[in-house]
Order: sequence, then C-alpha cells, then structure tokens
Amino acid sequence: MSSRSEAITCEFCIALQVRVLYCITGASSLVLKPKTTDDVSRIMAHCDKRHLAVVPQGGNTGLVGGSVPVFDEVVLSTALMNKILDLDEISGVVTCQAGCILETLDDHVAERGLAMPLDLGAKASCHIGGNVSTSAGGLRLIRYGSLHGSVLGLEAVLASGEVLDCMSGMRKDNTGYDLKQLLIGSEGTLGVVTKVAILCPSRPAAVNVALLACNSFADVLKTLQKGKAMLSEILSAFELIDSASMMAVEKYLHLRNPLSSGEFYCLIETSGSHAGHDEEKLTAFLDSVMEEGSVCDGTVAQGITQQKDLWALRERVAEALLREGYTYKYDVSLPTRHFYDIVVDMRRHLAGAAVLGCYGYGHVGDGNVHLNVTTRQYDADVGHRIEPYVFEWVRGRHGSISAEHGLGFKKRDFIHYSKAASAVAWMKRFKTLMDPNGILNPYKTLPE
Amino acid sequence: MGVLGPKMAFRVLVGCKRVIDYAVKVRVKPDKTGVVTDGVKHSLNPFDEIAIEEAVRLKEKKIATEIVAVSCGPPKCQEVLRTALAMGADRGIHIEVPDEEYASLQPIHVSKILAKLAAQEEASMIIVGKQAIDDDCNQTAQMTAAFLDWPQATFASKIEKTNGDLLVTREVDGGLETIKVKLPAVLSTDLRLNEPRYATLPNIMKAKKKKIDKKKPADLGVDITQHVEVLKVEEPPVRQAGVIIENAEQLVSKLREAGHIQ
Repeated sequence: MSSRSEAITCEFCIALQVRVLYCITGASSLVLKPKTTDDVSRIMAHCDKRHLAVVPQGGNTGLVGGSVPVFDEVVLSTALMNKILDLDEISGVVTCQAGCILETLDDHVAERGLAMPLDLGAKASCHIGGNVSTSAGGLRLIRYGSLHGSVLGLEAVLASGEVLDCMSGMRKDNTGYDLKQLLIGSEGTLGVVTKVAILCPSRPAAVNVALLACNSFADVLKTLQKGKAMLSEILSAFELIDSASMMAVEKYLHLRNPLSSGEFYCLIETSGSHAGHDEEKLTAFLDSVMEEGSVCDGTVAQGITQQKDLWALRERVAEALLREGYTYKYDVSLPTRHFYDIVVDMRRHLAGAAVLGCYGYGHVGDGNVHLNVTTRQYDADVGHRIEPYVFEWVRGRHGSISAEHGLGFKKRDFIHYSKAASAVAWMKRFKTLMDPNGILNPYKTLPE
Repeated sequence: MGVLGPKMAFRVLVGCKRVIDYAVKVRVKPDKTGVVTDGVKHSLNPFDEIAIEEAVRLKEKKIATEIVAVSCGPPKCQEVLRTALAMGADRGIHIEVPDEEYASLQPIHVSKILAKLAAQEEASMIIVGKQAIDDDCNQTAQMTAAFLDWPQATFASKIEKTNGDLLVTREVDGGLETIKVKLPAVLSTDLRLNEPRYATLPNIMKAKKKKIDKKKPADLGVDITQHVEVLKVEEPPVRQAGVIIENAEQLVSKLREAGHIQ
C-alpha cells in the first residue's frame, strides 16, 4: 500500500461505525484513508485477491446504514481524497475528488458566482462521492434536478481494482452506454467513486424565503400548484412541515414559529437573478393565495438571519425528533396528492400502540414525504406494526419505499415493494458481473 | 386618526439604517476605498429592528399613538422603511441623500436631521439602535439628544413608562443600571431589549399602502457637507499560525529570537 496514505485503527473505528442516527454498529478493526485513485485501486486489488470485504465511507451521514460495516469489513474512507481539481467558470463544471465535503465545494464555487446543484441537512459533513453513490436528492431538487442529471462524469474503482474512467465535462455525450448512471445511486456496491464532475448552476443573486400556514392539506396542494404556476422558474424549494413537526422543533429545540395558526406549514424559497423581478412575482403569488384563502397566515423573511431561522424550522425537525426518543424513519415517494394520506393512515393504524408521535414533513414539491414515528425507546412490537404495513401502503400507490435515502442495510429486503422481480434479478446480474467475489459493501442494497 | 380624548399624542420617531446584512461575508474593494456593496444583500440594521419592535410594543400597550420610521440615504432605503412598516410602524419618512453624498454621511448629520424632524413632528420619543453594524459608531442617539437638549437613555435593555417619565434599564460594563428619564427623551436599543417579530403577510400587504414621505436635508435646514474623509479601508491582518513549543527552554529561546526578552 502507498506510504503516502494512512491506515488508522482503534479509536477511529468506533466513530466511523456508529451511524449518524444511532441505529447500527459494526465491528471493523481497520480503516483505510487513501489519498489518490491509485491508492484506492491498490487497496481494492489487494482486498479482491484476499476476498476481504470493503465498506466505502464518505461523511457517514447516510440514514439506512449503507456506510457502516455490518461485521468486520474494512472501512475505506474518502476523508483524505478532498482535492478540488478544476472549476470551469464558463461551463460551470466543477471537478473534484470524492471526499470533498459538499459545503466546502459550495463555498468554493460560490467565489465564482456558482452553486452546487444540491443541498441537504448534512452538507457540512457529507462527501460528494457519497452523495453521488446514493443519488442524494435534497432541498432543491425541484429546481436543479437530480444527480442523474447534474453529474456529467465520474471515475470509480471497481472491486478488482480496475479504474473505470467515465470522466467528462460535457453536457451532452451520446457515445455509447452511459455507465455512470449505473454507479449513481448504487450505494458503493458496484464501485468506489473516486472523482466526479458536476454541473453547477449560477448562484442566485436574490433569494426569498417565506413560511405559509394552511388549514388543510388540500390547501397545501392548491398553494403548491399556484406556486409552480406563478413563481415558476424562480421557485427553488417547496417544503412541508406538519403541525406535529412544528410543535416538536418548538418544544425540543426552542425554535420560534412566527405563525400562530395552521395545520400545515409550507416553507417556500425563490432564487433568481433579479430582486425586483422576484419580489414582484412573490408578491403577486402571496396576494393570490391569501385572497383565495388557501393560506391563512404567513411571513416573508426580512434579512438573511430570518431566512436561516425559517429554514431551521424545516431542517432541524429530524434533530428535534431525536430528542423525543427512538425514531422510525421512512422516506417515501408518493403521488403528490397522496403525500399526507400516509401520515393520516399511519396514525390511525398505530392508535393504541406505545407511540409518542407520528410526523410528516418533507419535499412536498417533488412528492417525497419523510414519515417519522417516535417511541420512548426502540420497540420491536411497534416496529412490526409499522413494517411491512408502510411498505405495502406505498406499493399500493405505486410509490417508492425509499425516495432518496437509498436501501443500504436497513431496507435491502424491501426492494420488491418498489421494483419488479425481473428488475431486481438484472441488478443482481450486474452486481455479480462487476463484483464477482462480492467484496464491495456486502449486505447492502440488494437482498440476499 | 380617531378621537383620543384627554390623552395626548405620543409620537415615536424611529431611526432605521439600511446596512449590509449581518450574515454576509464582507469584502474590501480592490481599490481599498471601501467595502463591496454592489449586489450584496442589505437589510434593516438589527439594532434598529429592535427599536421598531420596541416602538410597536409601546403602541400595543397604548403608550405610543403613532410610530414614524425614518431613514436617510439613496432610494434603496425605502426597503428598510417597508420592513419597518410591515412590523407595525404607521408611516415612513425617507430623507433623500444621493449615493455620492451618502458615502460621507455621518452620525453628526443624521442626528441633526433627527433633531429637526423631532421638532417638526412633535415627537415624544426618539429611539434608534445603539449602533449600526457597518460603522459601529454608537453616536447618533447621544448627538441627537445633545442637539435637542433632551435626556438620553442608551443601551436600553428594558423600557417602562411611569407617569411622565421613562424607567430605563441600561446595559453597562459590569452589569445593569436603571435610570429615570423625563420625556421627551432619546433612547438607543441594546440586544436584549426584545426579540423582533416576523412581519406577517397581512401586515406586509398593509404596509404597501402606508405612506412614505420624502424630504431633503436642505428642507430641514441641515447641512450634510462632508466632515470626514476615508483614506483607506483594509482587511484585518491575517492571523499568524501559532507555534507549539515543547518545553521551557524552547519558549525562552523563541521569546529571545523575537526580541521580547534580552
């Protein structure tokens, strides 16, 4: 192994093995921190020869246990692969190693008037390689699309140690099969992403954040439709916080809800190049929804600090629920009209169980709801009442049982609720083809 | 305005300055004549926001009868007046100062303007932020009081009205000081006075219909000739990295090297 890299054992292992929301712990005793693609290639070749299992790990902020070892797999951390290699101002393409932290990349491209095309709560810790490997969604997907669109090129090391070079800075490239699409979202089971080239949009010069209160979910849908129609190209986020989630951030984190009424809260953000133009559109939109009664109260942030405070009401819900007890987390995609039905049905379904609360919040703009159920501590009975009911419910609406979090360790066995058996069979064939010895992130993503 | 009966008008004048937003990373211009303001997010000076909030609370307690927000500067200042109106101020006054002259506008000019306005508007109280977060001058309240020969209560963290006086708790080095000042008076706000409200939609809409009068400093007989010339603006020196020292001998030799000891 290259002497330039580091092999660290003992105390680092504990930190790297405990999943961010305290659910899963593995028992690895070796963490490797390569610095270059070549290092990764030698590590994988060695492990493949000796049939040693490897868990690629970025910021370890995943929510389905995809980045932690289950047994004694070797942890391959991208922490030291954090070089930004290039930024093309004209095309807006940033090229970097997989271990760059998302926020660091965003700060870097900001200096050239650009922004990273995704944003999520874990931005200060997550690595771009991990984001790409899980095809992270985030808060602004309705504006900037998914990583399947914004990743223009990537480089990955396969199980054998072979370097798969799919690097490109081209917006359009129809030369053969687009292999990188297979790797995006493959959760480190088909290859270790080592380099990425990402298309960055212009950084908005004018940002507005508004929090609106609605009395019913039907009103939320009306507001959403109006927002898409009237705010149109400047709409950059449309998030939902239900009243239970709002009460949680008020109670456990002492955050301030500026609105006094409302069953549902919509956090809306606009991003554009011209403050006057955006304000005019926003004012017209607010006038319209207030007049027709779909919005009963609301506020527009005055200043950046108020914008951050309003965003915190949405971004810190998960943290607030952690304070309540153990959280059963579900991240599902549904037809937007059914977004909140799952929460209502789950509440009804769990009535009488030892449940503290049932919460629904998330990306109502793209139909992705975060359903959370809390109990005092982990309760297997409650777990069985929720699953597989929740997955069957989602299947019934032809939704996805994991919108953006991925399958990882926790949800691998539920893949058939959202994917046809034949599709899963082909996934397994690809896995066998690319990782014949099954050393890359075993026990993850695909069922046994 | 409705009939007030025996109660007198209690008009509060609130100074509102448009400054670079608190959360923005400020950059010095390459020519070192100032900081970059083009395309940079601006908002109402946080301490002035606290002043507006306090004035609105006084009105809600039926102590104040009218709140007039004042801002001096180029047309963009109307943005902060709109914020003040959305929070509950009744009307605004924009003292028009064009960009070139605004660059050299100082607290001494602003305080003369506020003093003249207070007389014109028959104000019972002037409240401003203790300082603006761009220049950190902390002078306007004090100078305004001097020009009017009114009492001043600065760094207020609590304001109570008792008959014709105000009981004001001030934040001072070493603790809190409570003083009684006769009205009319000039106050400046400190951080812990209150937590400003969010402007809610109905009020934001109403604010668009509220009046903003325009005046020029000359209309008030105030001369805003430049008093101060900025020679150079620089970033603070980059913090030097520290050095970790192994033992006392090394410390002594390093101190000697740097010339701190013989």
